[in-house]
Amino acid sequence: MRLYWNYFLMELKSQMQYKISFLLTTLGQFLTAFTSFFGIKFIFSRISGIDDFTYGQVLLCFSVIMLSFSIGEMIGGGLAVFPNLLREGELDRILVRPRRIIPQLIVPNMDFSRLGLLLQAVIVLCIAVPVSGIQWTPQKALVFGMMIICGSVIFFCLFLMIAAFAFFIIGSLDFLNIFTYGMRQFGRYPFSVYGDTILRFFTFVVPLALVQYYPLLYLLDREDSFLYMISPLLSLLFLLPTLLLYRIGLRNYKSTGS
Amino acid sequence: MIEFSGVSKTYRVARRQAGMGNALKSFFSREYTLVHALTDVSFTINDGEMVGYIGPNGAGKSTTIKIMCGVLTPDSGTCIINGRIPCKERIAHVRDIGVVFGQRSQLWWDVPVADSFDLIRDIYRVKENDYRKNVNDLTELLDLGEILQTPVRNLSLGQRMRCEIAASLLHNPKVLFLDEPTIGLDAVSKIAVRKFIQRLNTEKGTTILLTTHDMQDIEALTQRVLLIGRGKVLVDGTLAGLKKHITSRKTMTIEYRGQPPALWEGMLPVQSDDGRLVISFDPSEIPVSQAITRLAQTTELVDVSVSDISTEEMVAKLYKEYSL
Repeated sequence: MRLYWNYFLMELKSQMQYKISFLLTTLGQFLTAFTSFFGIKFIFSRISGIDDFTYGQVLLCFSVIMLSFSIGEMIGGGLAVFPNLLREGELDRILVRPRRIIPQLIVPNMDFSRLGLLLQAVIVLCIAVPVSGIQWTPQKALVFGMMIICGSVIFFCLFLMIAAFAFFIIGSLDFLNIFTYGMRQFGRYPFSVYGDTILRFFTFVVPLALVQYYPLLYLLDREDSFLYMISPLLSLLFLLPTLLLYRIGLRNYKSTGS
Repeated sequence: MIEFSGVSKTYRVARRQAGMGNALKSFFSREYTLVHALTDVSFTINDGEMVGYIGPNGAGKSTTIKIMCGVLTPDSGTCIINGRIPCKERIAHVRDIGVVFGQRSQLWWDVPVADSFDLIRDIYRVKENDYRKNVNDLTELLDLGEILQTPVRNLSLGQRMRCEIAASLLHNPKVLFLDEPTIGLDAVSKIAVRKFIQRLNTEKGTTILLTTHDMQDIEALTQRVLLIGRGKVLVDGTLAGLKKHITSRKTMTIEYRGQPPALWEGMLPVQSDDGRLVISFDPSEIPVSQAITRLAQTTELVDVSVSDISTEEMVAKLYKEYSL
């Protein structure tokens, strides 16, 4: 553990070396994220509800997905460099070290400028919670915590999956970003507003609805079954295909000439 | 001990002709060619040996090293190092080996070398006492004292290479793989690196496998040479033996004043300039002392030097012989 802590500190140090750049990027992240927040605010200045959800409830969805995304991206976003790493043969260097591979990939590539996005998500959360009309209980607080943690895991998985595709496809994988950045945009509203087909997609394929729509129904007392309560935990099944893809990719690894 | 038996490795490489049309075509259907990087390669390297691994570009040297490091899985055959199969027991295996890829850094670009060393200590879980001792020894032997606090990006290539070698030895590996350790270095750095490698092998008994294109590395360091070409081991023997295999002739360079000397039968001119002549002859036919005497009879010799065929020439001849 000490290793990764030192790794982490070193990375923080070297990102801080370029102080102004770091601060500006963080600030930029903070500000741009507000545009989507205002988008929601303006829509609700015209209408009072979307698909039975009030302003506060939509904001809650928004902040859960934003929080999950920013945590997931802060940890896994650095995996975007993985295709380059593969092309330059840097993976060899990681493979000749007596440590697990994924932490070695993640820790040196953490992007702390994502703190701006995280901060913004927390602020929106603080606005949303009092106006969401939820009767809070300890169980509900627990479910809410699970929503954010499991959501972060799913976004992390998405980043890892895209990185693992680099084992099979050489070249630009930018189009796969619809699965990360695009999902974040989708997740601003409860997934039910997009219709049944999309809701099914986000339930069984990329299980983001399991950390947002279904547990939200539980929090709002519209559903009280156990299944809805633990739906965020079910979403963790998404780890299985992700890790499988990664394992197969690693076995296929060909390295590059030198 | 390193045991390679019957190892083969084939890559599948997508092939396409140049041009836009072909690029489009390859988008829909791809042709693949198989590249046989290694074909049935077998050899054994004992503990404490230092072996030079040579061959032209694309011969399979890097593939061999990558299999030994556990980075690549062989298609068939087995590679066993210290009783372990590298790609199966990756983590346990790499704890015992050190690797220096000459063209790739294992240090962190933006931080001082000493910080990189600290991190490597944590990665390999080196005990604090051992670590202190190793850093002190390596700092002294490789003359790192002044550069330990410098970020890697500010180091010269020679300084960086010395740091790379030190970094690969912090955890006392039993086996060290050096992939072109002297590439791009100036003469002074090359000699320093070679001296250090030599010492490491004799004093600590570290098994060393060295790939290089620099024949002086081979000459200075290794007794045993493995020549690989087109994925096969072609020659496995000593440097001296190899030279004899190629030719028993010697080369004599003379400088003279006045008219050029008359050559005897069995002496072949290789190169002749004004006042300088290079000839080759077989010392079993004409002993060296006689050759000099005979030449001195017809001209005034200023300088004479006799040498074996150079290692560079030998390797070039070997490559030619096996039509690589």
